[in-house]
Amino acid sequence: MDLFEYQARDLFESHQIPVLAGAVASTPEEAEAAAKRIGGKVVVKAQVKIGGRGKAGGVKLAENAIDAKEKANAILGMDIKGHIVKKVMIAQAAPIDFEYYLAILLDRANRNFLVMASVAGGMEIEEVAHKTPDKLARVSIDPNNGIDKKRAIEIAKAGQFPSEVIDQVAEVLIKLWDAFVKEDATLMEINPLVKTSDGKIIALDGKVTLDDNSNFRHPEHEKLTDQTSTNPLELLAKEKDLNYVKLDGQVGIIGNGAGLVMSTLDVVAYAGEKYGVKPANFLDIGGGASAEVMANGLSIILGDTDVKSVFVNVFGGITACDAVANGIVQALQILGSKATKPIVVRLDGNNVELGRKILNDANHPLVQQLETMDGAAAKAAELAAK
Amino acid sequence: MAIFVNENTKVIVQGMTGSEGTKHTKRMLKAGTKIVGGVTPGKGGQTSDMDGVLIPIFNSVKEAINATGANASVVFVPPKFAKTAVLDAIEAEIPLVVVITEGIPVHDVAAFYAQAVTSGKTQILGPNCPGIISPGKTNLGIIPSDITGSGKIGLVSKSGTLTYQMMYELRDFGFTTAVGIGGDPIIGTTHIDCLRAFQDDPETKAIVMIGEIGGDAEERAAQFIKEYVTKPVVGYVAGFTAPEGKTMGHAGAIVSGSSGTAAAKKEALEAVGVAVGKTPSETANLMRKILNG
Repeated sequence: MDLFEYQARDLFESHQIPVLAGAVASTPEEAEAAAKRIGGKVVVKAQVKIGGRGKAGGVKLAENAIDAKEKANAILGMDIKGHIVKKVMIAQAAPIDFEYYLAILLDRANRNFLVMASVAGGMEIEEVAHKTPDKLARVSIDPNNGIDKKRAIEIAKAGQFPSEVIDQVAEVLIKLWDAFVKEDATLMEINPLVKTSDGKIIALDGKVTLDDNSNFRHPEHEKLTDQTSTNPLELLAKEKDLNYVKLDGQVGIIGNGAGLVMSTLDVVAYAGEKYGVKPANFLDIGGGASAEVMANGLSIILGDTDVKSVFVNVFGGITACDAVANGIVQALQILGSKATKPIVVRLDGNNVELGRKILNDANHPLVQQLETMDGAAAKAAELAAK
Repeated sequence: MAIFVNENTKVIVQGMTGSEGTKHTKRMLKAGTKIVGGVTPGKGGQTSDMDGVLIPIFNSVKEAINATGANASVVFVPPKFAKTAVLDAIEAEIPLVVVITEGIPVHDVAAFYAQAVTSGKTQILGPNCPGIISPGKTNLGIIPSDITGSGKIGLVSKSGTLTYQMMYELRDFGFTTAVGIGGDPIIGTTHIDCLRAFQDDPETKAIVMIGEIGGDAEERAAQFIKEYVTKPVVGYVAGFTAPEGKTMGHAGAIVSGSSGTAAAKKEALEAVGVAVGKTPSETANLMRKILNG
């Protein structure tokens, strides 16, 4: 889960990482009240989970609370690269002397964690990494050893921080590591980490990604979920514990296993080229899906008004094809006359004979079976185009 | 021959007494896997009846090894306790740990992987993987054993069901070994580890490699194929039409920027002479052509 900047700020603060005063607002009035509380000049910042908001006009300096209200009014509702701004963060303004960069992230290639630190922070950090890689220190961290003071100072020196801030930067890094571990993060990036004109080191903007697999030990992370920008069908699927992603096509897809479902999307997209249709969603019913899970999945897809046909593609490994077939039959019984879209089914693997027989016996007018994945994809695409 | 495991591999199951553990222990026994014990802390000394086969239970992997000579473990322990279980196996210096469990926090995986590297005695396969099968010899994990038999193809795949699909497509040829390495951001055994083992295995004549969007494992595998692999390799990558920035189930299957896309992976593989199919069946046909000469 990616956090908004204001959520990252709050998380940093709770781990004693130095941040400026800040508050989130959803209306111009809330922005005004927040600016009044903080006092003085403030920065009004669009809260979107995408880069480039500064260049898009999503960050504005406000002289006072009234000005903050106006600036918030201008920024709220903006469309930044397809992301509508629903919240702004009101942050205390501070005189900045230098912008640095500090991040800890999961390093897939080396299968451990990586610290990146640079004295050359700010918006151009990617260019720094690309053009002058010696200015960006990259240091591997053994997950079982972590970052102690000695290591943190070494890293700060490798990042070419000036001597007068080394201790402060090392202190921030130790706290950032502590937060990274305690919150089960896969990314914590501070950019910029600034030196203010009175010599303080402060995290001015942050990006945080938390590991969803760790939710069982972080019940407090649930409130960080962004309900407002999630598609209603995705929310419904989440309630049913289904792995569903809404896409913009017409062929509803259900399969078992993320790899097979992705492959199904591809095969349908290829087959759909000549009809001008595409997959409408990704839905993985998982490894050991029961009839109930299948029924839940089918209900969600049939509830999507964009869907014109459905392709159920299951290779029974652990999932038994008879359970899948029963799920389809049950779902159609529950939906009754609400089910109006053709369903193409391809079953193979565990208990396939029984699965096919169940569907043949049910003889539902909307359901037809095909033997191969490619053949079924072509059929589903053709039906969606009608 | 088979890679990593064979008909003599003595297997213990960690989390055998749980519902998933029990279900799959029975399936593995039916497939001919030599299961010599289970490990459930606190239940040591008991035995478990697996459809008529009595399997002794131990408190720790060390105890199980001492009593049975086990040299591989399959882990079905739930995410919450998986790290402790895998660390127990590493401490006991068991040569192979197959972690089936899905949903283990990546910090826990990073910790036990680092420990395995430090110890230098244990290979980890997974987590979040379907396991490894050498048809007709042994089966560690949840891959169905009746899809196809023994043959001369080696298969390595991130995805479980795509492994099954590809085994089914090429059922007329059969496999030396099929390995599901898992789709998590950190995995213990990589495409490269499997490619090396298949290249070194005299019975494997050709290799199928299945990848999926996210990360750069396939690109690194392509580089390795260029340097080391002389056997024919065909490839398949899932996720050509996946939109950028959407997570499609596996933690690993996240596209960010140009690197990690299916197109980039296909290009990297083709650049080193790997034939890449657009669909599973097209990929199977590419392999069929190679094997039929």
